[in-house]
Amino acid sequence: MYRYDEFDHTLVAERVATFRRQVARRLSGDLSEDQFKPLRLMNGLYLQLHAYMLRVNIPYGCLSSRQLRQLAFIARRYDRNFGHFTTRQNIQYNWIKLDETPDVLAALAAVEMNAMQSSGNCVRNITADQFAGRAQDEIEDPRPWCELIRQWSILHPEFSYLPRKFKIAVSGAPQDRAAVKLHDVGLYLRPNGAGVIGFEVIVGGGQGRLPYVGHTIREWLAKEDLLSYLEAILRIYNLGGRRDNPQKARIKVQVNALGAEEFRRLVDEEWEQIRFTPQLTVPRAEIERITAYFADPAWEQLTDASATVARQRSADPAFDVWNRANVVAHRRPGYAIVNLSLKAPGIAPGDLTADQMDKVAELTDRFSLGELRVSHRQNLVFPDVQQVDLQALWQALQGVSLATPNIGTLTDIIACPGLDFCALANARAIPVAQDIGRHFTDVAALQDIGELTINISGCMNACGHHHVGHIGILGVEKNGLEFYQLTLGGSSGEDASLGDRLGRSISAAEVPVAIEAIVTRYKALREGEERFLDTYRRVGLEPFKEAVYGQNPPRRQAVA
Amino acid sequence: MALIREGRLVPDPFTDASGLENLPAGVPLIVSLEQWQTRRSALLASGQRLGLRLKSDQPPRLIAADLGYFSVIALEFPKYRDGRAYTHARMLRERFKFAGEIRAVGDVLQEQLHFMHRCGFDTFDVTGPDPEKAWRTIAGDHTVAYQATGDGQPRALDLRKGTGP
Amino acid sequence: MDPTGQMVLANRLADGQVVFLATDGSWVEDIARGALARDAVAAQRLLADAQLAESRNVVVEPYLIDIRDAAGRRQPVAFREAIRAAGPTVRTDLEG
Ligand code: SF4
Repeated sequence: MYRYDEFDHTLVAERVATFRRQVARRLSGDLSEDQFKPLRLMNGLYLQLHAYMLRVNIPYGCLSSRQLRQLAFIARRYDRNFGHFTTRQNIQYNWIKLDETPDVLAALAAVEMNAMQSSGNCVRNITADQFAGRAQDEIEDPRPWCELIRQWSILHPEFSYLPRKFKIAVSGAPQDRAAVKLHDVGLYLRPNGAGVIGFEVIVGGGQGRLPYVGHTIREWLAKEDLLSYLEAILRIYNLGGRRDNPQKARIKVQVNALGAEEFRRLVDEEWEQIRFTPQLTVPRAEIERITAYFADPAWEQLTDASATVARQRSADPAFDVWNRANVVAHRRPGYAIVNLSLKAPGIAPGDLTADQMDKVAELTDRFSLGELRVSHRQNLVFPDVQQVDLQALWQALQGVSLATPNIGTLTDIIACPGLDFCALANARAIPVAQDIGRHFTDVAALQDIGELTINISGCMNACGHHHVGHIGILGVEKNGLEFYQLTLGGSSGEDASLGDRLGRSISAAEVPVAIEAIVTRYKALREGEERFLDTYRRVGLEPFKEAVYGQNPPRRQAVA
Repeated sequence: MALIREGRLVPDPFTDASGLENLPAGVPLIVSLEQWQTRRSALLASGQRLGLRLKSDQPPRLIAADLGYFSVIALEFPKYRDGRAYTHARMLRERFKFAGEIRAVGDVLQEQLHFMHRCGFDTFDVTGPDPEKAWRTIAGDHTVAYQATGDGQPRALDLRKGTGP
Repeated sequence: MDPTGQMVLANRLADGQVVFLATDGSWVEDIARGALARDAVAAQRLLADAQLAESRNVVVEPYLIDIRDAAGRRQPVAFREAIRAAGPTVRTDLEG
């Protein structure tokens, strides 16, 4: 993975020093809260319901065991012994003290991490496929390009006060595991007609109050044009994005107001002016330097060990189920990609305790060449596990409750912090996820239901990606009580779609019952191996509406 | 008016007349785009030195052909959060090759001086009691840049010698 | 359920903790030790004190919340403020 050199180290160290000064000025009263707020946000520090929250970047989801140990240290020393992984490859701490924040940032800098631009109206953490560099279906590793974009975006003098936040995601595989089409800019690495790999550029996707699937404005962009093209997009957005209404300030609104064609024309017009400027060209040596950090690790020469694993699997049904749910094929013979589920029944999705972090770090060194990944579905990934080690790893993961065999199933729920932590929330999200997790514990039943994503957000901001869950759950508030609005048919994949509203909102207690009704109806309707999403797309909303509201309509009274 | 140039308070010979009904005679004037458009020939005939004040929704390309008449372009930040003038400044310097003074006016905060400077601003009407101190405070905050702008500071990308892992 | 009074709640500047304004002008973490205003005049006085503390950079975003009586204990009326006062309803395993 990428390592900081002297320039990267200096930049981050200077940033920490600057923030230390700003915090001191705030504490002494030299800065008012109004003046300080944008400064702390640019360093990832929010003020939430209970305390300050610090959001730390995990660039394109890559993490080393050493970094994870430091995250554990920070959780213990400066927080309450846990961290929360978000849907944008960040980790959040919920009880950081303002006067200790500069020390936390220094502790992060010591392991080449930072919280720069994890909030604010600027380019946020660049996200990517968590299987980058390892997936069998991958065309090219997106990580070197993510790193290049990261550097271009950090402290950009022109684009640090955009109309609104700006999120970029990159995938190098045809199967989209990074919700690329739901980003302000999404990039797919793709070959053109001549077989040369470049980028498909998608603009104007996003969730929140006004959800949109992005538009492709360029089928293929040469790699050497990446920075100039991004700069052109950002410039058109910086000048033309709305600044009168924060709800309408994202690039998606601009793109949809102008039409994708007109937006593309404006971008192209600007791009032609800057395309060949040396300021936006990247020296070949620098691309090679960055790419070298993502070279294949020291894999051993192994032969495929599927037969051994198959024998172990047939001898142990639980190991078999875990393999089926959580283990993914690797492009290198003898290796496997392993998902660590942060969705054990009853646990807040995405939470990891300091003790678990330390244990995972140890297992990372033992089983995955010292490196792990974070996925936008709030799970962890070991990218380089030898197949012959799978059983030992599985046993070790069970000891820290990270072997729940539910990846991609109904209980692999995305949930934002919701009203338990978030100052913007309308309703809680975590307890709803916990209830569903407790309701569906039968592993065989989950496997039978198959691929089904449930995404929960505590408000319209949609950090829990409810619009693109196969089943989406949105928390709303009515007369001081929490209710939940269900949507069906969303997808964040290459076939991205936004969910349709099922009907009137229901109480928290009714949610697991409603999910059960939807699943039962799906099982009755599915044809062959059909996924829930495909059944839904074939039969539409009505059968499910009837299943949930029909014979046995949910009570209106919420249970507080 | 507290105008900062290269870290020092400097006198401002210009009168900002962009909000005035009657334009003073005999002094260097900063006028609004509307004033320039409606009184152009009178202003040119007066022989006064001229500056132009642009609002954040008035991109410099609107007056690209007239830039030669102005020794100052003042770009307005109606709120510090409105980042359009960063782009305007780069356009003036890098695209239209404007060599005169680019002045930051409006809600100009200490913590933004660095980015402004990098985008091509060279004078700053800084909000706050002690602009020289503000400048000193932020000087040296950032010595490394990942981006090249018109100011000529090299990017980290160009300084590295391709030494990899 | 009528509120039995109002209290001022805020985040303490230095560490972000949720705190209540007490009668002696200090800020306390325990809701039972905070000042309870029984009428609108007293509430406005509390809020004015809180805003002064905000301008002196002691707390951030103070505001009045309605309090009701719950079996002899003070309970914020609004669900959101109840969570602010008591902490998250999840992860109670990791308090402290
Ligand atoms: S979706 Fe709403 S409640 Fe959830 S984290 Fe985002 S802003 Fe907070």
